[in-house]
Amino acid sequence: MGMKKKYWQRRHLMELFMKTIMRISLVVVAASLGLILWTVVMRGLPAMNWDMVTQVPKGGFYMGKEGGVLNAIIGSLYLALGGTLLAMLFSLPIALYLKTYLGASKWGHYVRLSLDVLWGIPSIVYGAFGFTIMISIGMRASLLAGIIVLALVELPIMVRAMDEVIRRMPTDLEQAALALGSTKFEVAMQVVTRQMLPGIMTAILLAFGRGIGDAASVLFTAGYTDRIPTSLLRPTASLPLAVFFQLGSPFPEVQQRGYASALILTVIVLAVSLGSRWLSSRLNKYTVK
Amino acid sequence: MDTHIQVKDLNVYYGKQQALKDVNIEVPKKQITVIMGPSGCGKTTLLKSLNRFLELTDGTRITGEVLVDGQNIYDREVDVTEVRKIVGLLAQRPAPLPMSIYDNVAYGMHIHKMRNDRKEYKAAVRHYLEIAGLWEEVQKRLHDPASSLSIGQQQRLCLARGLAVEPEIILGDEPTSALDPISSQNIEARLLDLKQQYTTVIVTQTLRQAKRLADHVIYMYMGEVIESGPAKEVFTNPKHERTRQYLEGLF
Repeated sequence: MGMKKKYWQRRHLMELFMKTIMRISLVVVAASLGLILWTVVMRGLPAMNWDMVTQVPKGGFYMGKEGGVLNAIIGSLYLALGGTLLAMLFSLPIALYLKTYLGASKWGHYVRLSLDVLWGIPSIVYGAFGFTIMISIGMRASLLAGIIVLALVELPIMVRAMDEVIRRMPTDLEQAALALGSTKFEVAMQVVTRQMLPGIMTAILLAFGRGIGDAASVLFTAGYTDRIPTSLLRPTASLPLAVFFQLGSPFPEVQQRGYASALILTVIVLAVSLGSRWLSSRLNKYTVK
Repeated sequence: MDTHIQVKDLNVYYGKQQALKDVNIEVPKKQITVIMGPSGCGKTTLLKSLNRFLELTDGTRITGEVLVDGQNIYDREVDVTEVRKIVGLLAQRPAPLPMSIYDNVAYGMHIHKMRNDRKEYKAAVRHYLEIAGLWEEVQKRLHDPASSLSIGQQQRLCLARGLAVEPEIILGDEPTSALDPISSQNIEARLLDLKQQYTTVIVTQTLRQAKRLADHVIYMYMGEVIESGPAKEVFTNPKHERTRQYLEGLF
């Protein structure tokens, strides 16, 4: 029968070969990520208890005595939410401007290029930059400074992610609105933003993930404290730094708590991801597929 | 003939390529004008010059004039959003906006602030859905996503949406080419109903459709207008050899 598959044919072998490579890469990546998660869970779980998430560090916490990392949990949420919100205020207009008015022009190209470069700069540089400015205006490490620097770290990611999403806006949809006599601004606000809402949410989430996990940018700018911040001008703790300090401790109990703190951070990111997925699935009811 | 649109010495270039060459035509008021010609002859370019859609493509250069009621729409002083309010477009494929059926029709009226309160908007939405022959089918699901409609219904929704901003001119860029035969007939019937009130310009690939709809015909070839005139004359007694060949299906 002429239709029988000839497995030894070059093109079938090629497919088999490529499929195998794809599977292997998937397994390698999934396994490494799984291993990291496994380590965090196995080492962190024994140190997890109610106190970890409801108490601030008490005297002797850093030598293995009682207390928790509530200060860092609250601090990180304040920092990341504040930073993400602030970054969003600038990112959405920039992304819409890029799409609506700059498009594929020379200036659009330059803006995208510089954002890509900013994306690649290590966050410690942002931290050091923020610190220099703070010193020159006589400001001390505080929640506010941390939020501003985190917003700067998140901004390039958020703008570029939004830009990539918004660029995929179907032209016929845009033209439908223009044909009714909309201004480009009305199209951007009422049509593009609506249609691309799920993608915009993903961009925000991506930036939030980077923000909440970043230690270096908040090291100098937000400082560290065992108290929950009560004002924007007070310093604040954060989970990545809590992990860093505890893992650096010589006491095994404290190191375990470092893993527990990392576990808490992971769970927060997971919860925010799932939450925003759910939200965007509710919001995209009217999205044209 | 009462002229509504007059195109004078229109030349359009996409980059270095010339898409329209010295186009001079007149479009009669409250009649259906059909633009015909083989693919790539510039039909759609000519159509899109009438609502200033050409400038949405980078690298387009336009010279000449398009006069609507004597006013050149390419004049510096002219507000492009006003041009597009007066000159509506029914696209080749329906593109419902990412909102409900109701909001799709209300959208244009909202941006131009054409009504005073909710009640008036509601009444207007109903009115235009009725004109487009869609009201019966959607009255119970006005707040469903517009994309949940069938493609034929979507095209009628787009018609209602376009009429809601009270244009004087309707452009149709092969408005039935993506539809099934029944939906196409439906759209054609609407266009014939509406020609009493609107100046209509349609681009079509199908000769039979042109014969069913046209009061006035423009025949184009390679970016030039070869012949234009009343449908009867052009169809029964074309002046140019090329038009005759096209009508006989020779190319």
